[in-house]
Formats: sequence, C-alpha cells, structure tokens
Amino acid sequence: MAGFWVGTAPLVAAGRRGRWPPQQLMLSAALRTLKTFDKILVANRGEIACRVIRTCKKMGIKTVAIHSDVDASSVHVKMADEAVCVGPAPTSKSYLNMDAIMEAIKKTRAQAVHPGYGFLSENKEFARCLAAEDVVFIGPDTHAIQAMGDKIESKLLAKKAEVNTIPGFDGVVKDAEEAVRIAREIGYPVMIKASAGGGGKGMRIAWDDEETRDGFRLSSQEAASSFGDDRLLIEKFIDNPRHIEIQVLGDKHGNALWLNERECSIQRRNQKVVEEAPSIFLDAETRRAMGEQAVALARAVKYSSAGTVEFLVDSKKNFYFLEMNTRLQVRVDSGIQPGSDISIYYDPMISKLITYGSDRTEALKRMADALDNYVIRGVTHNIALLREVIINSRFVKGDISTKFLSDVYPDGFKGHMLTKSEKNQLLAIASSLFVAFQLRAQHFQENSRMPVIKPDIANWELSVKLHDKVHTVVASNNGSVFSVEVDGSKLNVTSTWNLASPLLSVSVDGTQRTVQCLSREAGGNMSIQFLGTVYKVNILTRLAAELNKFMLEKVTEDTSSVLRSPMPGVVVAVSVKPGDAVAEGQEICVIEAMKMQNSMTAGKTGTVKSVHCQAGDTVGEGDLLVELE
Amino acid sequence: MAAALRVAAVGARLSVLASGLRAAVRSLCSQATSVNERIENKRRTALLGGGQRRIDAQHKRGKLTARERISLLLDPGSFVESDMFVEHRCADFGMAADKNKFPGDSVVTGRGRINGRLVYVFSQDFTVFGGSLSGAHAQKICKIMDQAITVGAPVIGLNDSGGARIQEGVESLAGYADIFLRNVTASGVIPQISLIMGPCAGGAVYSPALTDFTFMVKDTSYLFITGPDVVKSVTNEDVTQEELGGAKTHTTMSGVAHRAFENDVDALCNLRDFFNYLPLSSQDPAPVRECHDPSDRLVPELDTIVPLESTKAYNMVDIIHSVVDEREFFEIMPNYAKNIIVGFARMNGRTVGIVGNQPKVASDSISFTPWNYARRQYRPYFAGCLDINSSVKGARFVRFCDAFNIPLITFVDVPGFLPGTAQEYGGIIRHGAKLLYAFAEATVPKVTVITRKAYGGAYDVMSSKHLCGDTNYAWPTAEIAVMGAKGAVEIIFKGHENVEAAQAEYIEKFANPFPAAVRGFVDDIIQPSSTRARICCDLDVLASKKVQRPWRKHANIPL
Repeated sequence: MAGFWVGTAPLVAAGRRGRWPPQQLMLSAALRTLKTFDKILVANRGEIACRVIRTCKKMGIKTVAIHSDVDASSVHVKMADEAVCVGPAPTSKSYLNMDAIMEAIKKTRAQAVHPGYGFLSENKEFARCLAAEDVVFIGPDTHAIQAMGDKIESKLLAKKAEVNTIPGFDGVVKDAEEAVRIAREIGYPVMIKASAGGGGKGMRIAWDDEETRDGFRLSSQEAASSFGDDRLLIEKFIDNPRHIEIQVLGDKHGNALWLNERECSIQRRNQKVVEEAPSIFLDAETRRAMGEQAVALARAVKYSSAGTVEFLVDSKKNFYFLEMNTRLQVRVDSGIQPGSDISIYYDPMISKLITYGSDRTEALKRMADALDNYVIRGVTHNIALLREVIINSRFVKGDISTKFLSDVYPDGFKGHMLTKSEKNQLLAIASSLFVAFQLRAQHFQENSRMPVIKPDIANWELSVKLHDKVHTVVASNNGSVFSVEVDGSKLNVTSTWNLASPLLSVSVDGTQRTVQCLSREAGGNMSIQFLGTVYKVNILTRLAAELNKFMLEKVTEDTSSVLRSPMPGVVVAVSVKPGDAVAEGQEICVIEAMKMQNSMTAGKTGTVKSVHCQAGDTVGEGDLLVELE
Repeated sequence: MAAALRVAAVGARLSVLASGLRAAVRSLCSQATSVNERIENKRRTALLGGGQRRIDAQHKRGKLTARERISLLLDPGSFVESDMFVEHRCADFGMAADKNKFPGDSVVTGRGRINGRLVYVFSQDFTVFGGSLSGAHAQKICKIMDQAITVGAPVIGLNDSGGARIQEGVESLAGYADIFLRNVTASGVIPQISLIMGPCAGGAVYSPALTDFTFMVKDTSYLFITGPDVVKSVTNEDVTQEELGGAKTHTTMSGVAHRAFENDVDALCNLRDFFNYLPLSSQDPAPVRECHDPSDRLVPELDTIVPLESTKAYNMVDIIHSVVDEREFFEIMPNYAKNIIVGFARMNGRTVGIVGNQPKVASDSISFTPWNYARRQYRPYFAGCLDINSSVKGARFVRFCDAFNIPLITFVDVPGFLPGTAQEYGGIIRHGAKLLYAFAEATVPKVTVITRKAYGGAYDVMSSKHLCGDTNYAWPTAEIAVMGAKGAVEIIFKGHENVEAAQAEYIEKFANPFPAAVRGFVDDIIQPSSTRARICCDLDVLASKKVQRPWRKHANIPL
C-alpha cells in the first residue's frame, strides 16, 4: 500500500509508482497491439502529443505531428518524424479542422490516428471519416464515442444502465428564454453546459434568470468556438459536491473492470487544479458502488478501451454520473521546454506535477517542496495557489468540495498570508540577499592600476518595506552565515549565496526554505518567491531610507477610467462605441484567452471616450482597450 | 663688582626678554584658538550650504541637497572634500557682504569611492545662489577634473544649477569654458558621467553634453538652451519646462539623455550600479566582477527564439538577457531609437558592450508605430532597420566602449537602412557612416552573432568580419544576402513568368548562412543555445588582443 499521491495541474507530472500493477500490465498489452502500424498521425498538440509521440518512438512507430501555424516550432512538432501544418491558430481552423487533418493523413500515408484527448478525440464525425478512409482510430470505437462524447446521449444511456444521474433537462436548449424556463422547472441553482463539451469549457452556473441568460449566451459562444457545436443542456447544480472519477477498462469481448478512484474536487472554473488518490472521503462501500455503476455503463456502451467515468458525490455520499471520458488518461509530462511559446489559443495547462508518498502527509510535503523548486519565468502561473491549497487546513483535513476555492478565497486568491515568524524569515532572507549582492559588487577581479578599498561595514543597517510597512533590519555576516535582526528578533540565515542560481536554498534558524529571487533593481526593489507566493520588497540602507522620505509621490494613472487587457488574447466582441453611457460593472468587451471568455466591465459609471479595439483584434497584456470619461 | 653688575644687568634684560616672550606666546595661543574656532565655524557653515531654510525648500521640491546626494552616491565615510573654504570673489552688487559669502560657494567637490573604486565628484548646491556658477565654482570643478585626469579616475557631476552667476558677468562664462575644455581633454581618457538633478540651462548644458553619459531625474530635472519664456518670445511657441527639456523629452525625442530615473534616491542607487560596469580610465581593462553564472551555461530557449517566418518579430532583448551574466543588462537610451539596442552587461564577470538590432521595432522616424493601432498590423519590412537616430545612438556607444577597452558583442538582425525622403534629406548617408566608422575603428575585442537577417550595406556595418570582427557567428536561421528574396527576385527575374520558383531558388541559395560561411565571412555556424559559452570562451582568448593603427593626430569621423 504505497500509493497516496497528489497531483496538481496546470503544474502537475511524475509517477504513480507501484499502484495498480495489473492495470498497468493491461495497458502495455493494449499498446503492443499497435505495433502493427508503421506510421501514425497524432491529432493533438502540447504535452499530450509529446507523450503519444514518445510512446510511439519506444515502439518503433513513425509519427506525424499536426500543428497550427503558431505552433510550428513547438516541442511536439520537433519530436515527430514529420509535421503538417493544418491551419491558423484558432482551434476550429486547425486542430478541429477535419478536412485539413484528413488531407494530412492522406499526404503522409499514416495508417492510424491517435487523437490524444480533447479536440477530435470524442468526435464521432471524425471517427466516421477515418473509418471511411480505412484509417484506424486509436481509442474507443465510434459507437462508444457517439454514446459518451455527447452529454445528452450519455446521460440517457446512463439512465438506461441504471446509473445514478443528476436531475435535469435532457435535450437541446434552443434559446435563452427556453433556458430560463427549464432552469425554473428544475429549480435554481442550475448548471448550463455544452452538450459536446468537456474539461469545463462552456460550463456555467446560474443562480437566477439573469445569470441563466448570460450563461446561455457565453456558454454557447464558447461551445461553438471550442467544439464547433453550440448545443447546451441544463441540469440541477449540486451544491458543495465532490468530483470523484473512476477509471474503467473494457475489451472487445465485453469484459470491463473498474480501477480505484481519484478525487478532483479542487477546481477552478471547472478545470481540475489538484487531483488526489485515493480520495480521503470515500468508504469501501461507496467506492464499490461507484465502481460497479461505472462498469455497468462501460458494458452498456460496449466500451473496449480505457476511460474515465466522472461522478459528483454529495456530502451524504450520494453520487451522480457526470460524464464519461472515452480516452486514455496517460501519465503526462510537460509539453513545453525553454523557449516554447505558450499560445493564447489553447489550453492553459503547461505542466503537471505528481508526487507520491507512503502516506498523505508525505505526499503533500513532497508536493510543497517540489512546487518551491519549480522555476517558471515569462508566464503567469498558479504555483502560489497550488501551494496554498495543499497546506490549507481544510484541504489537509479532507474537507473539500468543488466549491473549495471559491469558499476559501471568496474575493479571489491574493497570495499566501504570512505569519509573523514567516514574515521575519522572509525579511531576513531578503536582507541577507541584499547584503550578499552589495558585497559581491565590491569583488573586482581584473588587474587594476589602483587598489580597491572596500568600505568597512560591520553592520548593515537596512530599512525593508513589505506591504507598505517598513521594518528595521540590521545584518552582519561571517562568511556565508548572516546574523539578521528583524524588528528586534534575531535570526541566522545560511546559504551558498549563489547569486546566479534561479533557486536559492536557504536555512533560517535551521528551517530549510527554497526561495527564488525573480527580479532585483538598483533602486532597492526585489521580488522574492517565498512559500509559493511572490513578495515585493524594497530594501534601502538606513541613510537612503531617511532621504527617501523627501521623495515626492508620483501621480498614478486613474485606472477606473481606462480599460486595459489583463492578459494576451483575442477581442471577441465590443459592446460599446464612443459616446455611449455606461454603468459601473457593465460589460464593455469580451476577450478570449486560453479558451476562456472574459467579460471586461466598466470600472466606473461614465461615458465612453474612445474605443481602441475591435472584434478580432489580438491584444497584449496591458493594451489599452477603452477609455471612459 | 663690575662683573656682578654685569650679571645683574644681563639678568634684568633676560627677565624682560622672558616676559616679552611670554606675552608673545600668549597672544599667539589666543590667536590659534580663534583660528581653530573660525575653521570649525566655516566647516559648520559649509555643511549647511545656503542655510536650513533653503535646504527645507530643496526637500520640499523632492530634491536632496548637494551633500546628501554625495553621501548616497559614495561608499560611507569615503568622501574627501576639497576647497571647502573657497568663496566667490565678486565685489559688485553687494556680493562682498558677509551674508552673501558661503564657504565652499555653490558646489561641493572632492573624491571618494564607489564599491571601493576611486571617483571624483562635484555636486552643485542649489541652496547657494540657486547653484549658479561663479568663477570660484568653476575653479573648484576644474581642480578635481585636473586631478582625475592625472590620476586616471572617472568624474561624476551632479548638476543642479540655475545657470551663470550673473553678478560675475564674463568671469562666469569663462568658468564654463574652463570646464568645457577639461571635459574635452578628459574625453576618452577617463569616463565622465553627468546626472542632471535640477535645472541645467543655457551654456551650462554643454558640459553634460560633452560627457560620456547624461542621466536625468524624472519630473525635477530640465535641460535646455533657452527656457519656455524665451521660446515664447522668439518663436511664439507655448511649451512647459517639462515638455521643452524634461527627462521624457530628452530620453525619447532628442536623445540628449541616456536614461531617466524616478527620483534622486533611485538615480543615485542606479548610478552606483552603473559605475561598476566602467573601467577607471582608458589605461585600465574592463572590470571583471565576481561571477556566479557558469560561463559554459547552455541556453536552450535560444534554439527556438527566432521565428521560422523571416518577417515575424521577436524581442532581441530576450536574447541579450539570456546570454549575459544573470540577465543583468544596463540598457543605454532604452526609449530612443528603439530599433537598435545598446547597453552594458557582463560575460563571465567581464563588462561588455552590447549592440543589437531590435526586430520588434521598426523606426521612431516613421509616422506609424510598428503595431499600428487602427490596423493592428505589424510592419515587418522595417523591423530592426538602421536609420539616422539608431546609427548615431549605436556609433556613440561603440566609440565609448572602444575608448575604454570594453569588448563589443553585436547581435545582428537587420533588414537594411530605412528608405525614404525623410531619411535621405536628413542625411542618412553621413549619419549611417558614423556607425560604420565606429565599428571599423574599434580595436577592442569584437564578437558578432547574426541571428537572422543581415541584408545589404547594413550587414557590412553591423560589426562584420570585413570591419575586423574578431569572431563572427551565424545562427542556423541567419540569412546573409544583399536583400530579401522577394526584392532580389523582382530585380533578377524582371518580367519572368515563374517568379515563385525563382523566389524559392533564391531562398534556397541565399536565405541561409552558407554563402557567407563558405567564404569565411562567418567563422562558424553555431547552435544558438551554445552562444553564451562560445562568446565567454572567445573573450578570454581575445583579452590580449593588440592592434596597431598608423600614426595620426586624430581620426576624422563624419560628424
């Protein structure tokens, strides 16, 4: 029983070692049958495509990658033996472009297609096209995809197989008003989701009529752009549910079995953030009941591959079928390497991290350490949030639901809240770093005509600003050991002080910490990643701090009257024009980034002065969108 | 008896003598006490500059005093002041009155150390007659400049002066000229840096203009020949001080200043940081700071940084950051002529000068920005081109590095010189020649990396092999040719039908590093990820480079 593991995504990948050995054997047996192919086309991108290509290489199968024009130099393209561009950046024109992909298959004479997951992996039309061309589709057969890929159909099937389902409307919703009528019938809150969707895209919760109308509009737009199918369904939203999924395996002879569960309750916008196995919540009986229903469903659709059956579990351990993913959950690695572009057009997941331990505590401790050692530059990421979740007392106790993040961080996650002693540690580390940089600046090694006479400073008197509070610090060093007094409390900081390394391992009074110095300016500003969160400190010598009091405050831009793009993305819609009167909170435009539509609202009530963007524009972070007056 | 009388007389005389001596000694002693007191008084007065009231007024403007600035700039306790007792010598207009005399006058001068290295400093004191320049003020500055030249150590000027001391008339003007002369004498001998921390107007502007680097403090410093009032009366233009000569104007439009900082404290901290890149004089090698960044560090992200499409932009600053030590890059003129990047960095601890074309930016000189808001279209044609402003910016930087033994590393992605009447009428020919001249003239180690385009005459200019580049590398993405494929084919195959095939043939033949490599115009085609390791290794070898030029009085750069 060595098998507690915690996985976090977007940053989550390593081994589930020693767990489920029989199932692993079955998977490798399944892969061996693929050896009959000489060349396969991988109809996916990113880490999943990389994973498939790597496996093919091990098996001696040639691979063809497909890519959009923005992905031309991404890792999966480089790894594959051949690559074909299937269109421009939007997925609907590239990775979902069946004509172009069929063309690529013909051109490269690939004998089979591995769809990975997402994109066309659950598209029955694609599977049919392939069958017509006599190209093997690696994955579940068309019937299972058809049955399970479509949420409405899958729900009907699940009902037939006597699997618990969520009360709701099993059909296609025509328009916003019908959505409102159905929502009222079911009773609020309701969940609006894309019939063809998965992975949280095109999914919204509505608590009243207004939200239903909004949700209908946004979800159908997202569904159309992500899946090329804008059909929606509405069902009862189960409050405080846990998201637990069961893996199933089936074969062509009608055999099916279930594997143990994984809990994926920690979600943001219905995307899994942290996964855990085994679930701390399930008892043996519930686990067995869920497993049996999952198997029943797999049998009902004659499932002959590996798949995942997702359930919602309420606080009384009632469980409801959510959906079935007809795909292989493979162990996943990072699909990027230094230099890769992370495109605004695709999924925001850049890597996965999995740690395991002999018990839950050990798995979590390793996860925290691993997160501290993640070096990410150039993109915003959620390490701070992930690290915070796994040390949160509710999470540690196992008291979680899919609403965990919105419950714990009702105003959004603002970073780790430092305890007094953590704050002192941070200040001591930052001050020691500052002094180490200052001392290094006096180390000249060239042959100089003139002697360098280093200033003799026994005690560095510093003034360190953190969160608008100024702290008095006195630091002195003896070799690599710094004695630091922070507001009167004494700490010892030891490190190798390698100032070029992105990761700095530091011992503060015996506590081991891994910090990252992300930026440093001559004017004293320093960003330090500590306990997962990035803190901005300003460090000045006492003299500089005293003189700094005379410096005037700079006038800053009134941010409520300008609307800037918070992230790189594409403008989907602009709902105002110059001269329009807008109310605070009113939608001004919609930006799609990382496949999510973000509604940009007015920061104050006023009149639109100028509009600097139009639908279809690509905007960068900080770009001016609209000015108000 | 007579003998006894004689003895008594001698005794009496002796006692008279003794008492006289005592009196003399006593008076001498009291005089000494009063001199000591006077010395102390003068020193105390000098430390207060123009008095507490004026100091408070200076602070209220968000500005530090001359001495506070020195205390932040130099290592603690290292300042050795000179000429604290110098006073102005003007007797007209009541200036001789005691209340109009300030020990040290309106400037604080001396020497000190920055991170242990010697530097000479003058700091104009706005609290004394608005920092105006008297004969004595100029003389004090000249004295430390003379010593800096003889010793071989840099001079830093902290400028905060209302202008000439009008009461002194021509003596003040003579003082400016004395300083100008020394600025020119010191040019290329010791680094000279000006930090403008208040007004600097009229003739005074030419001292900073003659120095190697001019930095400004945002919102509190101004540089102009004539102020807004005169401008209004002469040209009828309405302009504020800030618009006419503020930090933004000079760092983005005129190119007069090299960098601007947020406030006095920020500026002085940055100046200390900047000083560490510079050698003390032309006799000293480029400094080598302790380095923790491995010299053979591979940079995998560089292998994919250049887009496959030759018209697509990327940021050359990203390449610079990832190649140099610890991503530390002190950019010079970051907001002016952004199509070229210049600045200081370190490679394996040693200071280097970086010059790079910026494919992200077309040219400040054309009416549209590279990302045109209305059309949202990128104009790849001009990306990273050389124009008048970028040539002059690059040339001045290259000459500084050459004068002070700082090796040059050049990253090339240049589509050519910017075409157009504005450029031709503006004299792109003679201005472009400056950059060409500067690279050709430079005898410091020169390493060049062609990342993508190196087209036409601009290829020659950008520290090419032909201008005595010591090591010239091409990345596999390099295209070294007379021009881009489309343009070339239009000329070679004018009137031909199958233009596409011709274009493909041209690309196959020329849009790659081979034509240059087979001729030895690049020394090697290198994997981009190995760029840092290769350059560090080359610089070690090139450290002993020696070049002899034929004797001449001085060269004649096309100004």
